[in-house]
Amino acid sequence: MKSQQTKDTKRWKVPKGYICVQDDLCKGCGFCIDFCPRDVLASAQHFNVKGYHPPELVDPEDCIMCRFCELVCPDFAIWTEQPEGEDEHEEEDD
Amino acid sequence: MPAKAVLSGVHFMNGDEAIAEGALAAGCRFFAAYPITPQSEIAERLAARLPRIGGTFVQMEDELAAMAAVVGASWGGEKAMTATSGPGFSLMMENLGLAVMTETPCVLANVQRAGPSTGLPTAVGQGDMMQARWGSHGHYELIALCPYSPQEAFDLTVRAFALAERFRTPVLIMTDEVVGHMYEKVEIPEEVSEASRRRPQGPPDEFLPFKPDEDLVPPMACTGDGYRIHVTGLTHDERGYPDMSADAQDRLVRRLCDKVRLYPDEYTLWEEHSLEDAEVAIISYGISARVALRAVELARRKGHKVGLLRLVTAWPFPDELVRRVADNVKGLVTVELNLGQISREVERAVRGKVPQVGVYHPGGRIHRPEEVLAGIEEVI
Amino acid sequence: MPVKEQRQAPPPEITQGRHPMEKYLRMDRIPHIWCAGCGLGTTLASFLYAVDDMGLDPDSLAVISGIGCTGRVAGYVRMDSYHTTHGRPIAFATGLKLAKPYTKAVVFSGDGDLFAIGGNHFIHAARRNLDMNVICVNNLNYGMTGGQVGPTTPLGGRCTTSPYGNFEHPFNLVYVAASAGAAYVARWTSLDVRRLQKAIQEMLSRKGFSFLEVIAPCPTNYGRRNKLGSGLDELRHYADHAVIKHGADLSETDIIPGQDFLVGKFVDSEKPTFWEMYQDKVAELEKRSSR
Repeated sequence: MKSQQTKDTKRWKVPKGYICVQDDLCKGCGFCIDFCPRDVLASAQHFNVKGYHPPELVDPEDCIMCRFCELVCPDFAIWTEQPEGEDEHEEEDD
Repeated sequence: MPAKAVLSGVHFMNGDEAIAEGALAAGCRFFAAYPITPQSEIAERLAARLPRIGGTFVQMEDELAAMAAVVGASWGGEKAMTATSGPGFSLMMENLGLAVMTETPCVLANVQRAGPSTGLPTAVGQGDMMQARWGSHGHYELIALCPYSPQEAFDLTVRAFALAERFRTPVLIMTDEVVGHMYEKVEIPEEVSEASRRRPQGPPDEFLPFKPDEDLVPPMACTGDGYRIHVTGLTHDERGYPDMSADAQDRLVRRLCDKVRLYPDEYTLWEEHSLEDAEVAIISYGISARVALRAVELARRKGHKVGLLRLVTAWPFPDELVRRVADNVKGLVTVELNLGQISREVERAVRGKVPQVGVYHPGGRIHRPEEVLAGIEEVI
Repeated sequence: MPVKEQRQAPPPEITQGRHPMEKYLRMDRIPHIWCAGCGLGTTLASFLYAVDDMGLDPDSLAVISGIGCTGRVAGYVRMDSYHTTHGRPIAFATGLKLAKPYTKAVVFSGDGDLFAIGGNHFIHAARRNLDMNVICVNNLNYGMTGGQVGPTTPLGGRCTTSPYGNFEHPFNLVYVAASAGAAYVARWTSLDVRRLQKAIQEMLSRKGFSFLEVIAPCPTNYGRRNKLGSGLDELRHYADHAVIKHGADLSETDIIPGQDFLVGKFVDSEKPTFWEMYQDKVAELEKRSSR
């Protein structure tokens, strides 16, 4: 039975907020992984419903919330979330 | 140029100008066209009149653009029109099909000239009748009206906008160079009731832009109305989303055709002259019908019982009407400025029960009454 | 791509959070049809982020696209959107815009749609300075129909209809746009996401005919047939050869394979739009007739 496309979102905590991924929207183009300036993402071992390897967050502490992964993703499969009220430029909350 | 849209009163104008005035009276406030003889007077008059009544005239770079702009303007909420002749008509076919597929109300006047190709740019023809019916690709229906006088050009243009809004379809005014350039009296009424497309009621998120009402016509949400609909020339479902299935095609195309075909009484117009005792009926339309009227007189003087069925609505073709007339006569004479187009529809409708003679001329001049008389004597 | 040892990701939280641009997307039609590694999704995202950043009311926008891969953009945005006929989105948008002068018209289409079959409408809308924003995703060939040669295919480019290498001189789109009279002309690659967003915001904030060319990878067709590797490789290839030079002389902005090419904002001028001049004429007529 074709595995059902899930709308679940995976969310990883990073110093300045969260990185979210919807596995099943990813087409494995590798843009987010390759163009992340801090190399925090990597291709997951598992497949999504279409047989692509979605990205996953392997070095969360290195993420600087530049949001490039979100902006370059062609499939709206990865994005960032920042806790309410926290502006991008506020100093790091450790 | 006056600043009133409905130019009430009695005028002496040609058919082209009457079409322009009919459009304004009907509420048309957007006209896009490309110059072409013999349509010029329509565009020129609207170029002068529209800016004075809050309307938009734009001369586009070609007829492809003109037709596309008209479809766009209609989705912008305007009553929109274009006008052209044979060569431009050919260039408009694809976007005419877009208007059909997206159910966009609009009006297209074709002041026919002699073709094919450049043909006789300043001379009369009626050779685009089949193109009017089947010119775009795919199977579809539309409405085509044929005025035979400046007065009727005015009246039918008003009617065309009402039909376009009612059926959410393009409506063609298939006239010709002679009617277009002929000056006659045109009476414009005090007021013209303005028909307009059905708008959606309920909240946006429940609105299905291509879910029809019982008359098979969906309410139309235009740009900025807040319904945020998607409109596509692709076969689409009731949400307007592309659906490449044969079922979606079957549902959509049948509905697009049925919505027009099932209501002939709303658009089938014709006139009968001296048919009560006629043994031969002439079938004609546009300028050719005026020659036929003279031929009826000549024939009657020679003792032939002849009458005229003048088709005002060419498409959808009025099969029953033609059959009814054919049942009461011994012969039919079809008069048109091509080598047999509407006559093929007559043949199809009558199924050989009654002989038909075609009085054809490929254009460049209108028929002589004697030519029609000869056709009558051939079939009596 | 160097093979990195497989680093372990910490287990993620599972939530029902949604992408911030969902409110502008017809999510019941996502994932979209564009190939993995194509630049179209990124360009669409840049457009949505620009609209979102400006806080524009979606009802104040209309997206009009033609036929081709880019033509499918209209189907994915939750706005009034029109998927018109091949080459005719600009002409369609002309009518729509003149009927609804306060709606921001965004024409999203491809190199073939806008500059081959639609070329005549492009140059005339630019000439008239019609108030519309044209975003051309240039992937150097006709992608949708299988990779045919197009008006921007570089010399030597292999396509299904230029199997021995394209020998036709291609258009330089920004040069064409500028010479036709476009008041705003810019070119970026689909990797320049923040610059795309800024350019789109500039276009949406100004009046007149604005043109943005986006050089985008087409891994399935152009990239594959011209040995540019995956979509990622092709994107990196374009980004590596793109050199920013705002206001460059347009005659220097050709795209020649293997050489660097210029990106940036090349034209940013003001001139009255078709509609404004039309309204001035109407006002003049009213003044004249009231005397």
